[in-house]
Amino acid sequence: MQDPIKTGLANGWKHVDASTLTRNQTVGADVVIVGTGAGGGVTADILSDAGLRVVLIEEGPLRSSSDFRMREADAYPELYQESASRKTADKAVNILQGRCVGGSTTVNWTSSFRTPPEVFDFWQRQFGLRQLSVESMSSWFAVMEHKLWVRSWDTPPNQNNQVLVAGAEKLGIPVAGIKRNVKGCWNLGYCGMGCPTNAKQSMLLTTIPAALNRGATLYTRLRAERLRFTGSRVSALDCMALQPDGIHPAGKRVQLRARHFVVAGGAIGSPALLMRSGIPDPYRLLGKRTFLHPVIISSALMPARVDAYAGAPQSIYSDHFLHRAPIDGPLGFKLETPPLHPVLYATTLQGFGEAHARLMREFTHVNALLALLRDGFHPESRGGQVRLGSDGLPVLDYPLGDVIWEGARRALLAMAEIQFAAGARWVTPVHETSPGYSSWAEAKKGIAELPLKPFLCRVVSAHVMGGCGMADTPQRGVVDHRGRHFWLGNLSVHDGSVFPTSLGANPQLSIYGLVARNASLLAAELSGRPPPVIP
Amino acid sequence: MILSRRQFIQTGLAGSLVLSFAGWLNAASARRLSAAEREMLAALCSALLDGALPKDAEQRRQLVALTVDGIATAVDGLSLATQKELGELFGLLVLAPARLLLAGVGKPWREASIAEVSEFLQDWRSSRLGLLQSAYGALHDLTFGAWYARTDTWEAIGYPGPPRGYF
Repeated sequence: MQDPIKTGLANGWKHVDASTLTRNQTVGADVVIVGTGAGGGVTADILSDAGLRVVLIEEGPLRSSSDFRMREADAYPELYQESASRKTADKAVNILQGRCVGGSTTVNWTSSFRTPPEVFDFWQRQFGLRQLSVESMSSWFAVMEHKLWVRSWDTPPNQNNQVLVAGAEKLGIPVAGIKRNVKGCWNLGYCGMGCPTNAKQSMLLTTIPAALNRGATLYTRLRAERLRFTGSRVSALDCMALQPDGIHPAGKRVQLRARHFVVAGGAIGSPALLMRSGIPDPYRLLGKRTFLHPVIISSALMPARVDAYAGAPQSIYSDHFLHRAPIDGPLGFKLETPPLHPVLYATTLQGFGEAHARLMREFTHVNALLALLRDGFHPESRGGQVRLGSDGLPVLDYPLGDVIWEGARRALLAMAEIQFAAGARWVTPVHETSPGYSSWAEAKKGIAELPLKPFLCRVVSAHVMGGCGMADTPQRGVVDHRGRHFWLGNLSVHDGSVFPTSLGANPQLSIYGLVARNASLLAAELSGRPPPVIP
Repeated sequence: MILSRRQFIQTGLAGSLVLSFAGWLNAASARRLSAAEREMLAALCSALLDGALPKDAEQRRQLVALTVDGIATAVDGLSLATQKELGELFGLLVLAPARLLLAGVGKPWREASIAEVSEFLQDWRSSRLGLLQSAYGALHDLTFGAWYARTDTWEAIGYPGPPRGYF
């Protein structure tokens, strides 16, 4: 298997692993981009294409297909924030977030959805974002879908996804196929550990190589610490080199000077960088309204083998329960399936001792469904708040309130009903006191009475959004619809942190499309070339 | 006055004071596990993994030791803030008074039975204090993560491992 990253490096790509620096550096560029995920990658591609000199800053390492061995023990510490065990401040929510070149796009499950129309409508009504609509954004989504090979996935779903199809169809609940950003996918099922066959069209394989081929510079193991600004302009970014472990400081520093700065460190990292820098925030909006799509899980034992570790992890979804009530009513949820690998499943599964071992022995027969709750629309669903810990690193407070638990209960019921309809012989919510149920009637009664509280009911997240929300005025947003900061003229935010609510859909394509638009507007401004032909 | 274990656990203030004390003892944060901490973690692993571990005492001891090594490796991969918190938790659990009052385990860890350790884990799992529930969660996740990260644990659950031979 050829490794295009190794080839690119051999051909002279400018990559600096900051853990190897022997002295401090000062570097100049036209644009500095913090982060190499969905936002940073697309920005680097578009700006470098406009002839601008770009420097990318990544806190994680550069890893590629020859490193992707499909082993959880390697992948989580290497490719994820905090070894895939990043948590909210109270430890009640586990957050999966990438930390490597390509960010979460290197480790995501390839699910690709355009921003739903009702979300644009809500943003227009509540945040004055009249420039963003299904119509105005459709070309931008199309551009990115084309570039990243977002297509319908015609291979039959794996057994884990097939359970969702079978159960939902029996109950008359509509399901549909998930589009995936893959080219020649081998249907292995290890997307979450980095694609070993270079099929996933992540930033690692697409936009970042494109930018590096045009002479962009990539720094890895470099943590963006502080933006320096005078008046209304950012002048420099101070960075700190990390040791090869990605945790301890290496002692060397890099200062970057540029005409423009793009922050794309994800919805926890980006607001934290702005907070550490003391960026003006007169209306106290920075780091607020951080959304997680809180996910709850239902686990079932099926009569035949499921082998939920094999095959494309997410290929089927249902939005049926997103449309039962108005968008700002009781929380709707999207149904999908997670892949199951031994570490991910064993750590998520409740209990210990013989009870845990017994469920693990049935590992190959387990189906899991997940419900992703659409937070941020109901007036009481205000999300979480990023703050800085004593070491200056971000901490996310995300209170799990009644409005979340009410939705969680409906979701646990819906998932159990679907699993029994698909023929499950036993179903349990991932919950510390659930005894598990042998029939839908039993589950219906049991789940209705289950105490839903932090720690008792397992809640996870793979989608962090918000914290630098966009709006029409500085009274209700940190940036405008182009991602431009309201107070600092040469500062943009290009990642999921600009979403003023969650989305009710896996966010990668929403980020790609919006950032393609905003990076194109920025490229025109900085390069003096004509603005993009797409409106 | 000596508080009963349950009273003590329910006294949030006492809990956080002890944790602060343990934090002070472990101010150096990231460091190798001490022999006492390894013994404590071995006792917890024996209870958490009961059912997955073999019956044979010697095999069991070796696998538990490997799991404790795996926990140490996993802790090294966490943020410094989390490493510090876990250092506080481990440091606390090896203090005899805390082990007795907070965990309710009267004997030294190496002598505690699986039933005694399981009772302590169950107490924390169902505690009304978020701090203890989250501590149980950390011990649960670290132990099962370290166990199922090892390829030799896969056969028992029917997992064939990642596809081989194509790359």
